[in-house]
Amino acid sequence: MDYFFFLLFALIAVVSAVNVVVQRHPIASALSLIGVMGSIAVLYLALGAEFIAMAQIIVYAGAVMVLFIFVIMLLNAGAEERRGRSWTAQLLGAPVLVAFLGMICYFIQREFANAGFMKFGNFSGGSAQSVGLALFTDYLLPFEVTSVLILIAILGAIVLARKEMD
Amino acid sequence: MPDALQVLNNGVPISWYLMLSAVLFALGVAGFLFRRNIITVFMCIELMLNAVNLSFVAFANMHKQVSGQIFVFFVMVVAAAEAAVGLAIILTVFKNRETLNIDEISTLKN
Amino acid sequence: MQNLWLIPALPFIGFLINGIFGRKLPKSMINLVAVLSVVLSFGWVVKVFMTAGDLAAMPVTEHYFTWIKSGEFQVGWDFTVDKLTMIMLFIVTGIGSLIHIYATGYMAHEEGYYRFFAYLNLFMFFMLDLVLAANYLILFVGWEGVGLCSYLLIGFYFVKKSATTAGNKAFIVNRIGDFGFSLAMFLIVVNFGTLSFSQVFSAAPGKPTETLTAIALLLLVGACGKSAQIPLYVWLPDAMEGPTPVSALIHAATMVTAGVYMCARSAVIFTHAPAAMETVAIIGLATAVFAATIGLAQNDIKKVFAYSTVSQLGYMFLGVGVGAFSAGIWHLMTHAFFKALLFLGAGSVIHACHGEQDMRHMGGLKKYAPWTCLTLACASLAISGFPFTSGYFSKDAILSAAYGHAPWMYWVGVITAGMTAFYVWRAFWMTFWGDYKGHGHPHESPPSMLAPLIVLAVLSLVGGFAFNVPHILEGMFPIAEGAENMMLTYISVVFGLAGIALSYYMYVVNKELPEQIASSLGGLYKLVYNKYFVDEIYDATVVNPMITGSRTVLWHGMDQGVIDGIVNGVGTESKAIGGVLKLLQSGNIRSYATWVVIGSVALLLVMGVVEGVGR
Repeated sequence: MDYFFFLLFALIAVVSAVNVVVQRHPIASALSLIGVMGSIAVLYLALGAEFIAMAQIIVYAGAVMVLFIFVIMLLNAGAEERRGRSWTAQLLGAPVLVAFLGMICYFIQREFANAGFMKFGNFSGGSAQSVGLALFTDYLLPFEVTSVLILIAILGAIVLARKEMD
Repeated sequence: MPDALQVLNNGVPISWYLMLSAVLFALGVAGFLFRRNIITVFMCIELMLNAVNLSFVAFANMHKQVSGQIFVFFVMVVAAAEAAVGLAIILTVFKNRETLNIDEISTLKN
Repeated sequence: MQNLWLIPALPFIGFLINGIFGRKLPKSMINLVAVLSVVLSFGWVVKVFMTAGDLAAMPVTEHYFTWIKSGEFQVGWDFTVDKLTMIMLFIVTGIGSLIHIYATGYMAHEEGYYRFFAYLNLFMFFMLDLVLAANYLILFVGWEGVGLCSYLLIGFYFVKKSATTAGNKAFIVNRIGDFGFSLAMFLIVVNFGTLSFSQVFSAAPGKPTETLTAIALLLLVGACGKSAQIPLYVWLPDAMEGPTPVSALIHAATMVTAGVYMCARSAVIFTHAPAAMETVAIIGLATAVFAATIGLAQNDIKKVFAYSTVSQLGYMFLGVGVGAFSAGIWHLMTHAFFKALLFLGAGSVIHACHGEQDMRHMGGLKKYAPWTCLTLACASLAISGFPFTSGYFSKDAILSAAYGHAPWMYWVGVITAGMTAFYVWRAFWMTFWGDYKGHGHPHESPPSMLAPLIVLAVLSLVGGFAFNVPHILEGMFPIAEGAENMMLTYISVVFGLAGIALSYYMYVVNKELPEQIASSLGGLYKLVYNKYFVDEIYDATVVNPMITGSRTVLWHGMDQGVIDGIVNGVGTESKAIGGVLKLLQSGNIRSYATWVVIGSVALLLVMGVVEGVGR
């Protein structure tokens, strides 16, 4: 069963990701990205990270991607044109990318070939209780700092996007 | 047959999750390099972040610790903040240059 | 405490006053300062002489301060006076004073009057330092200093290209000699551990002959440069570009004798290195003959006397080389008298003819400048070795010693004496006899110029009797002086008189004879007249290759090519690399991202290799 779930949602994730890259209209890319996030959330659930999976859906797919779609609609971004100018990216990009992927896979195979197996339910430390416990005791300082970070982000976004006062 | 079932019973090897994460990350890089629309590029960045989150959660499962998931939590927070500010910047750039083509925003050259 | 330092210090003060304030001072003041400083110095020498007691037993030594102190090696600023020093001091300060007085008259109408006397006083300072030195380094200070002053004074008329070139030539050729001297000093330091005369000379007998020969030969190189012997004599004839008092003081009486003095001072080293002594004698003799032949054909009166100086210096070296050190010093003294007189007289003649130096345009000056004629006659008698003049005694002492060493040297020396008499009297007859062939109105010189001439004439005639130098220096130079054979003396006198007679015949009685001989000897005459083309040979073999090599190899090749190339090349390369690197800053975000990915691939590679090896 684990295999089945894994393969199915991995496939969905990869296909959606390819779609993100390939589609010409940004809206299509955004929707594909939501698909990716959804399938990743399922994978989180399989890996025993319940709280994180919910957070992924609510925050990422629900808020961030909606924000993206708002901006796309605001800017009235159309389909992309054909022409381009960066030969560096075009020429060097593909082989480098292949090399990159190949190397990472090689390393993963070398290091983690016998790292263990995942069965649904073999890790129960991802519940809201345990996450909350770790968050408010061991990682309290980063938590408070991120709240400041969000405040700054809000301020920044407001300043950047407002109309100029005449 | 008993072997295959045996194998199937063992569960998914963690390395497969990691490789999936690598593939998603590479796709994100590919999109970053080859797309011209700024917003699409930004979305590919989000894709990369998601791939990394997946790998963190896999590790948390592997080591049976929750700190991996805590890290994912913080990555998500930062990604959200970054998305907000980044999109605000894109709005400003669009207001000034009327274009969303990333190649044309290159006045910092040479 | 005799305060020996006053002797050189007084001229130095004169130099400072005239050099710094001279431009503003009136001529009389400059005269007073310059002449008085040297005369006072002479006075102090006399005072030291009177009060020093027996210098043979107890030389006066004064130590002023330690100049160099490096580990075990020390050099102090020391002056010492023994009998040899005393003779030299009298010569330098005495003749120096006379020439200073003469120069006030001779240079009266020249530009840069104060500069001349400043340099002249500076020269006196350095020469006195050289003579008073108690170790080789202080001597070298004076040695170099007189070379410097010689350069300054030869090039005194610096607007004339020939003068500045001559000054350069003198200094550079001297430098070659100085290099040999420096090497000798290094050898002395290595082998003796000290440069002080007393210590070196007491330790010298114990050192191996090869070491002493090497040191002596290198000292000889230095002496050849300073005292114009073969092969480094070429600067002295050119040095006649300087004013005549300079020629008299520096290039006749004092500076050029420094080499002889140095060899006499280092007698201990030389006597223990027989090979070096032999070399000294042969070089001296060869120079004497060589220069005498050139002097036979010259027409410029100063050039005749210049070659004569070279030749007479050869005699002094011959004396030193055969072991007759005191005879060499004696000849140094008498030569100072009559050669200075000859030059000052020549200056008087040139002054009389308003700057004319070519003897073919003179003649008959006997009735225009009688005192000059008389004094020059005394000098010419002395240099020819006319019986009982000063030159007769000293030259004879050298020739006798030469005979005692090797008879062939005596014969060559005697023939040279004949040639000396010939060319000096040739100059005399051409200048003072016959009819005046020039264009101006010759006149006698002022008393300021005549008085020193008269004093020197008296000294030239009686100097041999008055100062019997070998007796004075008896304690210092232990080597036997050679047989006292009256036959040798007679023969040399005969040769001298024959020279005088022959010149009289050729230039007074039968005036066409010189022309006939010159044309019949054709090529030989040309060779001698052009001083054997030695300067041209040096130019072609040494000077021009060096200049060309310096220009092409060192200047274009090394300096411009390598060093400039490296320095400029660093700049150019940096610019080039920067030019390439700046292409990375395209402003294009996608290319930046590509580079990031490339970088991460590289990092992964490195990590993989490093980690993998460990695994």
